Amino acid sequence: MADKKVGRIVKVAGPVVVAEGMTGVRMYDVVRVGNLNLIGEIVELHSDRASIQVYEETTGIGPGEPVTDTQAPLSVELGPGLIESIYDGIQRPLNDLVEAEGEFMSRGNMLPGLNREKKWHFQPSVKDGTKVASGDVIGQVQETTQISHKIMVPFGISGTVHKISEGDYTVEQTVTVCTAEDGTETEIKLMQKWPVRSARQPKARLTPDTLLVTGQRVIDSFFPVTKGGTACVPGPFGTGKTVVQHQLAKWVDADVVVYVGCGERGNEMTDVLMEFPELKDPRSGEPLMKRSVLIANTSNMPVAAREASVYTGITIAEYFRDMGYVVALMADSTSRWAEAMREISTRLEEMPAEEGYPAYLAARIAAFYERAGRVICLGNPEREGTLSIIGAVSPPGGDLSDSVVQATLHVVKVFWSLEGRLAYQRHFPAISWLTSYSFYKDSLKDCFEDKEQGREMEKMTVDAMGLLEQEAELLEIVRLVGAEALSPTDRLSLETSRSIREDYLHQNAFHEVDTHTSMPKQYEMLKTILHFHKQALVAIEAGVETADIFKLAVREDIARAKYIPQAEINKIADIRKTIEDQMKKLHTSVVT
Amino acid sequence: MLSIKEYQTVSSIAGPLMMVEMVDEAKYGHIVDIELADGSIRHGQILQVENDKVLVQVFEGTRGIDVEKSTVRFLAKPLELAISPEILGRVFTGLGEPKDGGPAIIPDKRLDINSRPINPYARDYPNEFIQTGISTIDGLNPLVRGQKLPVFSGAGLPHDQITAQLARQATVLGKAEAFAVVFAAMGITFEAAQFFINDLHETGAIERAVMFINLANDPAIERIATPRFALTAAEYLAYELDMHVLVILNDMTNYCEALREISAARKEVPGRRGYPGYLYTDLATVYERAGRIKNKKGSITMVPVLTMPEDDKTHPVPDLTGYITEGQIILSRSLHRKAVSPPVDVLPSLSRLKDKGIGEGKTREDHADLYNQLYAAYARGKEAQELAAIMGEAALSDEDKKYMTFADKFEAEYVSQDYYENRTVEQTLNLGWELLSMFENVELKRIDIKLIQKYMPKFRKAKQKA
Repeated sequence: MADKKVGRIVKVAGPVVVAEGMTGVRMYDVVRVGNLNLIGEIVELHSDRASIQVYEETTGIGPGEPVTDTQAPLSVELGPGLIESIYDGIQRPLNDLVEAEGEFMSRGNMLPGLNREKKWHFQPSVKDGTKVASGDVIGQVQETTQISHKIMVPFGISGTVHKISEGDYTVEQTVTVCTAEDGTETEIKLMQKWPVRSARQPKARLTPDTLLVTGQRVIDSFFPVTKGGTACVPGPFGTGKTVVQHQLAKWVDADVVVYVGCGERGNEMTDVLMEFPELKDPRSGEPLMKRSVLIANTSNMPVAAREASVYTGITIAEYFRDMGYVVALMADSTSRWAEAMREISTRLEEMPAEEGYPAYLAARIAAFYERAGRVICLGNPEREGTLSIIGAVSPPGGDLSDSVVQATLHVVKVFWSLEGRLAYQRHFPAISWLTSYSFYKDSLKDCFEDKEQGREMEKMTVDAMGLLEQEAELLEIVRLVGAEALSPTDRLSLETSRSIREDYLHQNAFHEVDTHTSMPKQYEMLKTILHFHKQALVAIEAGVETADIFKLAVREDIARAKYIPQAEINKIADIRKTIEDQMKKLHTSVVT
Repeated sequence: MLSIKEYQTVSSIAGPLMMVEMVDEAKYGHIVDIELADGSIRHGQILQVENDKVLVQVFEGTRGIDVEKSTVRFLAKPLELAISPEILGRVFTGLGEPKDGGPAIIPDKRLDINSRPINPYARDYPNEFIQTGISTIDGLNPLVRGQKLPVFSGAGLPHDQITAQLARQATVLGKAEAFAVVFAAMGITFEAAQFFINDLHETGAIERAVMFINLANDPAIERIATPRFALTAAEYLAYELDMHVLVILNDMTNYCEALREISAARKEVPGRRGYPGYLYTDLATVYERAGRIKNKKGSITMVPVLTMPEDDKTHPVPDLTGYITEGQIILSRSLHRKAVSPPVDVLPSLSRLKDKGIGEGKTREDHADLYNQLYAAYARGKEAQELAAIMGEAALSDEDKKYMTFADKFEAEYVSQDYYENRTVEQTLNLGWELLSMFENVELKRIDIKLIQKYMPKFRKAKQKA
């Protein structure tokens, strides 16, 4: 390594430190600051004066102390060992930090992101003499029972493979040597590094078209997101943003889930940490932890590292996408990330735009979400990977005109609007059906094996949404003139909408069965509710009193359909028969 | 260790800030003593260092400090609390000095009041139910050990009575463990502080209490340090003396105002309503100190109190607090007017950690379903009440009337209780069932049918007869 340049500190103001004598350093290089060796990143340069955002608390640092340049940008280590890890915002393994320094975070410890000791069994998939280029898969490591970790040729390297052999390696040992045409040799290891602020390039980008099934009824049926799509969840505090994010992280049908806790509560991360090893992935039956990477930079941890945490997360997610996996990234919350940007920007004395946020806020948010997508991965064999981003937004006072919400809505394709009013009624997930939207609705029908069923589901969701919209209008009328003024069919619409809301959209995240609903079960449930509606319409026309219809015992079965386990879903179809039977009885009572 | 250096080079003073020049070896965040011409001592903390210029915030205010004769001593250490088990039963100022006339603490150790963040991996999940004896908390918004649950109040609402009741009654079921109360007063009145102290005296809890008192007429800037002193004491009691600590911070709005004052004096770009952009981060460094740690016996449960200006919950202080804390207990002025006490506004109140702290083996198996149903029914009753207010009761359907009656009964019997009434969680749960007994089973969609058959009073009575 070249000589390290050393400057000296002239100013300390919170997380921003200014140093002089920094000639030759580059923007976004990582530096070590002060006698405590704190970790920082260069964010501004004026001739030999550099402004540094420091990823650790700066108390006790003062002018005159040294600043050392590491001559490398902030990078993450990519390789076997990522899965099941929990990192802080700059990829320091939190479990190792507890061992190294105790329960409270101390400063200046830069532990490597990947374990240096552990040996992985490498299985080559190419032979000596094979010509390879960037992104080509040369072998794999079975990282967990669920993830076969593809070892890829790092970016910018190509040539002929030598001395490749099966065996056990640490991440730093050479598994093969790649000789370029000009004769330069590069050692390829299990681990590669990537600067977090640049996106990893795919070969080509495609339009996302497959539904990312989440098992959450309101999302899958009405506001679906796709593999490779982007979604945002804004809402005031207490409306369940984090529960939605946790539910997605648990039940989404992705191969790898990266969960970024960005400036949020410590106890929430602990919840994830305790629950994920216990919960089973419904598809594989393996613990969820075996497909998860966690990044936890809680609100009381340094703000500059919070700013970096989102980039650390997305880079790791892109890396798994490049292996050809379906990856989902949850970022909770992007508002805290934006606030971290604002705080750094203020300390740099930049001219603020709206609400004190820096002028580049919207550009940064857009660039972040643009790293999602469905792609053809770089290199051979040809493979397709997807990366979906689901970002929570925490607008002040729940006000959707907030800059972060607005900048996010410009780029994302799905909007799940959480409403305080619904949360107060304990209607969870508190996703408003009137204001939310999704641009991916067309993908819904394709996720059923039976095409006919898919088309039917699509039509049912349109009908159900129509009823819910009608309900909003009817409630206005009720508010003005009272419920008495409504016609029997309108009263039925109100009841059916209530049923859709309470029996379908409402979903209990903490109920063993209700927490996750498969697509076939969603189809059956919605069909049953609408079947009741149709049958009731016929009954009303035949002169049956609405009050009698609403009192039918079968309505309780409909309400409890959500608690029917997946294995017994044909019982839901039975409810439809019961509806018909009970309606028939009502008809006879009218006739006689 | 650096030697202590003295300077007489104060160059400017503005608001709570003071600039000192020609200083070497000043470190960010360290503290200074300022000796005035008359020999009195003030305390300050370094906010910024640039070359040899140092910006100091003066905790006691800058009145009476002059540029020429004041001496600034750089103590080369962060703000620390001298601590030992002797702190129990003592009263301190907002800057951690004895205020009760007792002797100075002979320190076992000195702890940096800023502490360090807990590594999320070292945290243990809070799941031990605390019985507070207050139905709206135990039944609907259960508090667990290690949680931070603020009370959002307003001017003239009885938050002092509620926090006193919490301090008096909070217990963990079936366990007798060492516990302590740490009380930090920030800018509250003498009367409010004394009410709390007297209450602790009456119950004898004062022996296990530590108090840090910054009253309304004490220096405002001192308030920035007060909660940190209190939490440092709490961490010592919890993690070194294995105690379960309840920390009450009253009132966080005053704390935030002190922070705003400093920010304004530094001419920083203000965020909403003039509060600094880093208010969220700053509050998080206070609130996130609550919790439990793996392999440590003690815990810190935090109840911050804040008054919402104009009862507005979107004001930055309650808003940002709500984003950090694990729920909130909101007090309602309209309930208070109806003489419902404690006037807990049930619908917007929330405890995020309830789910893991209740249920079989902790409280009772029916707890979760029951509160879901109570919430849903009360929400519907409230809607009916509003509708009735617009169009008169006559316009309501029979269904809606029933829910309205439920809401009224719920407020009168469930929400309302005496400040000295200590209900067991069982009593609270049974009370919920009694209220729900006015509905048909089919309306109780959120409760498992088996639980209805087991706990609904009419079924229970039938079973007892059999």
